[in-house]
Amino acid sequence: MPFITLVVQNKVGLHARPAAVFVQTAKQFNSDIKVIANGKTANAKSILNVLTLGVFQGTEITIQAEGEDAEKALVALKELAENNFGEPE
Amino acid sequence: MKKYQGVSASRGICIGPVFQFKRAALEFSTYNITNLASELQRLQKAVNIAQKQISQVYEKAQQESTSGEAEIFQAQLLMLEDPEFWEQVHKDIESNKVNAETALGRVSDAYADMLRSMDNEYFAARAADVKDVSNRILRILLGVAESPTENLKRPSIIVADDLTPSDTVLLDKSMVLGFCTAQGSATSHSAILARGLGLPAVAGAGLEVLYLEDGKTAILDGKNGALLFDPDTVTVDIYRQKMEVSRQIHADAMKYCCEPARTKDGKHVEVVANIGNVEGAKSAVNNGAEGVGLLRTEFLYLERQNLPDEEEQYQAYRLIMDVFGQKPVVLRTLDVGGDKELPYLDLPKEMNPFLGQRALRLCLARPSLFKPQLRAALRAGVGRNLKIMFPMVATAGEIIAARKVLDECRAELKAESKAFAENIEIGIMVEIPAAAVMADRLAPLVDFFSIGTNDLSQYTMAADRTNSLVADLSSAFQPAVLRLIRDVIKASHDHGKWTGMCGELAGEPLAAPILLGLGLDEFSASPPMIPIIKQILRNLDSEEMKMIAEEALNMDSPEEVMNLVRSLVPVANIDD
Repeated sequence: MPFITLVVQNKVGLHARPAAVFVQTAKQFNSDIKVIANGKTANAKSILNVLTLGVFQGTEITIQAEGEDAEKALVALKELAENNFGEPE
Repeated sequence: MKKYQGVSASRGICIGPVFQFKRAALEFSTYNITNLASELQRLQKAVNIAQKQISQVYEKAQQESTSGEAEIFQAQLLMLEDPEFWEQVHKDIESNKVNAETALGRVSDAYADMLRSMDNEYFAARAADVKDVSNRILRILLGVAESPTENLKRPSIIVADDLTPSDTVLLDKSMVLGFCTAQGSATSHSAILARGLGLPAVAGAGLEVLYLEDGKTAILDGKNGALLFDPDTVTVDIYRQKMEVSRQIHADAMKYCCEPARTKDGKHVEVVANIGNVEGAKSAVNNGAEGVGLLRTEFLYLERQNLPDEEEQYQAYRLIMDVFGQKPVVLRTLDVGGDKELPYLDLPKEMNPFLGQRALRLCLARPSLFKPQLRAALRAGVGRNLKIMFPMVATAGEIIAARKVLDECRAELKAESKAFAENIEIGIMVEIPAAAVMADRLAPLVDFFSIGTNDLSQYTMAADRTNSLVADLSSAFQPAVLRLIRDVIKASHDHGKWTGMCGELAGEPLAAPILLGLGLDEFSASPPMIPIIKQILRNLDSEEMKMIAEEALNMDSPEEVMNLVRSLVPVANIDD
């Protein structure tokens, strides 16, 4: 199963607007997408799941995808993370 | 006709139908379902409606308000589509054969508890969002009206137990003739709102008013704090005449509202406004305010789940400052704690909130609360005429401590190379008798005083002004209060400083002659009262009023003081 690992750089982590943007992006794909952080696994399409992971600035996260568009999904989510989820800082 | 006596919360008279403002409870029973498919379909329909509703609110928030609000609804929309959440709800319905309401209630409670257990303001706010979303769906499932004012179709007297800020946000203001609350007080939110809109309001009229028949006519007498239910035609006629006289006086005063208030003997008295948001700012300008004597900043903090950050405050203050250009704006730092609660601050319950850790006391104890506000204010004041005022000061030490925090903020901003207002006047509210008594010692530490008569009266007289049984005692016309006002003004003048007044008394026509006589430099009133106060001041001679004020200080009761003014200064006798 393809996966990527990255460190969240933006100030608020995966909360507030970044969490919303992340979930919205994940929902555009058919694959099952999981986020793993702090020893917990979350459904990347569930805002409540993602929020309760407790991902802050500096947290390492792993994103897994399974399905026909898995690779595409990972590329999109990676790009999003690299752009700090569209946040200025 | 039946009369219900409360306390005056905002002057004025209105006649119209009673509208009972009731919040519907979200009560439902748990029952076993037989047709699973139809139950799931029923739920899905409700979810679809909720989605439409939230999308609409989201778009509206995006267009007109700060991004913070839009973000909340965006998160709510995602929750509405949350696959994990709905899987649990569906599972509960399927395996336990319970109705949709029960499953939704259980699952949303579980999620809210989990978020709350993360012990952080941000997650607590998301817990509230989960409940907000599920309550919306529950209302749709149960067929409960979303807003208690959905059926408010004609201008009415709003009768309620008490109104929260979110209730008043829901109200279509064009449908409100006035407010009458069973509990509440002259300082409750509806009272402040009413004064800002120039509508009459009565508070603490007693629980009986909640049982008055919807739609039946009543008279609300704001000045005398009374609701007259089902009045006879004679009474209605008397009040109609009073309304006409008052309308005429207001219309006349409006013609000259933008002219300065210059007394007969040529003294210019500043007349400024008490405001609490941008609408208030616009209304102030339209009513001829020469600036703002009291900018309440609580509006930024209420009705939300987290603290507004520096940037958000900066934007909000800037927006208001822009309305006034070079005119002075006195920003009062946060006055919460005690009876004004902010859930996200997690303040301890106090036995005696009016005597507790509120306002400046709380801010000094919590620099993380105080500093962002001061920084935002200093930044918003660039190129404007900003003044900062601290509420609830009792001692010199508090002023020194507050000024120290302000200096720290200046140093920080300087280090960060951020622009901020360098030379601004710093003042305090004088609303604690200790500060009034010590005014000569405090004056050297500040640039100005602003007297808050509402609190000053209740603290001086040891009479809760929210309690209609002792409302007379806590009147600001009490000679004891007037003497303190005299001392404060004199102390400031002795030190070359000025004194304003932002309490209710400054907007009270009958008080204007006395206050002018005592040498008050600035009158700050709710915008609708500004034209009237200006007009009265124009017809007074400040030297003559000195003698009347002197006499008023030697009376024994508020009634005697008011009768004295009525008999000697007919122009101030606007009896609405």
